[in-house]
Amino acid sequence: MTNEIVYVDNNATTCVAPEVFAAMQPFLTEYYGNPSSVYPFSGPAAKAIEQARVSLAALVGATTEEIIFTSCGSESDSTAIMSALATQAGRRKILTTMVEHPAVLNVCRNLQKQGIHVDYLRVDSQGRIDLDEARALISSDTALVTVMFANNEIGNLYPVWELAEMAHAKGALFHTDAVQAVGKIPINLSGSAIDFLSLSGHKLHAPKGIGALYRRRFVPFAPFLAGGHQEHGQRAGTENVAGIAALGKAAELAQQHLAAEAVQLAALRDRLQAGLLASCPDAMVNGDLQHRLPNTLNICFKYIEGEAILLRLYQAGKICASSGSACTTGSLEPSHVLRAMGLDYQALHGSIRFSFSRYNTDQDVELILAVMPGIVKALRELSPFGRN
Amino acid sequence: MWNYSEKVMDHFLNPRNVGEIVAADGVGEVGNIVCGDAMKLYIKLSADKQHIDQVGFQTFGCASAIASASALTEMLRGKSLAEAAALTNQDIAHYLGELPEEKMHCSVMGMEAFQAAMHDIRKKHPELNLPGGENDLTGEDRIVCQCFSISERKIKEVVQQNHLTTVEHVTHYCKAGGGCGGCKGEIQSILDKLNGSAAAASPAAARPAPGAPLTNLQKMKLVQETFDEVIRPGLMKDGGDAELVDIDGDTVYVRLQGRCASCPSATQTLKHWVEAKLRELVSTALAVEEVKG
Repeated sequence: MTNEIVYVDNNATTCVAPEVFAAMQPFLTEYYGNPSSVYPFSGPAAKAIEQARVSLAALVGATTEEIIFTSCGSESDSTAIMSALATQAGRRKILTTMVEHPAVLNVCRNLQKQGIHVDYLRVDSQGRIDLDEARALISSDTALVTVMFANNEIGNLYPVWELAEMAHAKGALFHTDAVQAVGKIPINLSGSAIDFLSLSGHKLHAPKGIGALYRRRFVPFAPFLAGGHQEHGQRAGTENVAGIAALGKAAELAQQHLAAEAVQLAALRDRLQAGLLASCPDAMVNGDLQHRLPNTLNICFKYIEGEAILLRLYQAGKICASSGSACTTGSLEPSHVLRAMGLDYQALHGSIRFSFSRYNTDQDVELILAVMPGIVKALRELSPFGRN
Repeated sequence: MWNYSEKVMDHFLNPRNVGEIVAADGVGEVGNIVCGDAMKLYIKLSADKQHIDQVGFQTFGCASAIASASALTEMLRGKSLAEAAALTNQDIAHYLGELPEEKMHCSVMGMEAFQAAMHDIRKKHPELNLPGGENDLTGEDRIVCQCFSISERKIKEVVQQNHLTTVEHVTHYCKAGGGCGGCKGEIQSILDKLNGSAAAASPAAARPAPGAPLTNLQKMKLVQETFDEVIRPGLMKDGGDAELVDIDGDTVYVRLQGRCASCPSATQTLKHWVEAKLRELVSTALAVEEVKG
C-alpha cells in the first residue's frame, strides 16, 4: 500500500528507515528494562542511550554531554526558551522572527502575556531577515535570540552563526530551531556561539516522539520537566529507550548519506522546479533560492487554491504534498510565513510545498510533472480569477 | 486531513455545470481572493421567467467550496424561483452527505451567491415583482467582521438556520471572527440576543452596566482588566501588542507594538479598535491617545 504512495512531504514527517526500525526493536521486546535499574538486564538499554548520544553528537559536532534527549522538537524549543529566561532573571526580552515554527512563535506569544517583551524580525519578499535590524534589536535586556536554522515551509536557511555571535556580543543567549536542518545539511556546532539547538527524530527517519536539545557546555540551564534524575537531571522522565536508539541510528545514517544526499535531493528538487515552471503558467517559486534546504520546493500556482491542488494530486497519483493555504489547516488564515513575505493573495492560497528525502526517485518527479499541468489547468477552468 | 464524503469528492473531481452563461438573467458574485474562496453563479431563467433553466458557476476555493457550488447548481436546475428561494445552506450540506463543520462556510457561500444572483434578477427584471431584497447598511446589513466582510444579517441567519451556540461555531459556518478576532465580542452578543441567554451568564456581567457612572477607581480597574483580557489577547493573535501607559481622566494613553499583519482591512487602525473596545466595555466617554516610541 505504502509502495504506491509518492511521498514528497518530508518536511512534515519522514518514514522510519528500515535500519532505524531494526535498531529500536530490541528495546520494545527483549530489553525492556529501565535504564536506571542496577541489574545487568538493564545494561543494554543504558548502553543504547549512550551509544545514541555519541552518534547524535557526532552528527552535529557536539560533545556527548551537550545532548539532552527530549520527546520532540517542540519540547526542545520550549526548554531552551524557558531556560534562557529562568537563568537570566534581569533580562526580559526575546528576539525572534515572524517566520518561526509555531513551536517557537506561540511560546513567545504566551510569554508576552506574562510581560516578556518579544520583537519579531520582519522578512523581505524572499523570506530573508535583515541582520542590521537584528543587531539594532538586541540589547542588554535581551535574554534570548531564537531564530530557526531552516524554515519548514520555504526551506530558507538563516544566518544563525552570525546571529549567535551578535547575541553573545550583548550578553544574550542564542537558540535555533534546527528541526528542518539536522540531517539535511552539515552542521558543526563545535566552537560556535550557538547555545541551544533543537532537533526532532521524525524529520530524519526516526519515529515520532523523540527529539533532542543541544545545550552548549557551561551554558546556564534550568530543566523544563522536573522530577527524576534522568539525563543528568536536565530532563526528568524515564527515557524513551527505543526512540533514543532510533534517533541514534538515524543520526548515524544521516551522517553517512549527508554529502551524497544533498546533491541527490537538490537534483530532484531542481528538476521538479524547472519542470513545473516550464509547464505551468503563472507559477512562482517562494523563498531564498540562494540559501535554501536542498530538499524543499515551495511553489505557488496563481488563481487556484492549495487544498484543491493537493486532493487532485492524491487522486492523480497518490502524491502526498502540503500547502500553505488556509483551507488545509482548518484555520481561516493562510501560512504566516508567506503572509510575512508579503505574498500576493492570488498566489498565497495556491502555494504547494514539495519536500524530498533519500527515498525519493526520478520517477516521483516524473509523475508529478506528468499530472501537475493538467491539475492546474482544470482548476483554473473552474476559477473566476485569472482570465483575460 | 479532512474527512470528505464520497459525494463531496465526486462533485469536487467532476464538478457539474461549470462555466459562465453569457446571457444570464442573474449573476451573483461573493467572496474574494483575499479570503481564500470566491464564487460566481450564473442563472438563466425559462422563457416564462418562472423557472431556473440553466445554472453555471466558477469557484476559487478548496474541495468543499467547489463541491458546494457544483451541488447548488444541480439543486437549482429546474426549480421554480419560489422553490429555489426556500433552499438553505443546510440543504447543500445534506445533498453532499454532510460537510466537516469547519467547512460549513462553503455551503453558506453557495447560498450567498444564490442570494446575490436573485438580487441581480430583481434588478434586471423588475417586472417580475420578486419579493425581498432590500439591503439596509445601517441596520442588519452592517458589517460586523471586517476581515471577511460578514454582516450582522448573515451571522443571524447562520446562527438560526444551524442552531449555533458558540462564537467558534459561527466562525466555522461563515468565517466571521476568524481573522483578527476583533469582532468576537460582538458575535457573542448577537448569539446571546438570539439564544436568549441571560447576560448574567457572561463574566462581563460582574462589571457595572455600560453607561453607568463609574468612580475613578472603578474606571481604572476596568480599563486595566479590559486591556489584559480583551485588547492584548486580541492584538497578540497577530503578533501585535499594546502597553497601557497611563489613564488621565477619560484619556487612555496606549503604546502600540507590532502590527495587525494578517487583517486584510488593516486600514482600520489599531488605535480605533482599541478605543472602540474600551468604549464598548468600559465607558463611552473614553478616548485613546497613542504614545509613540
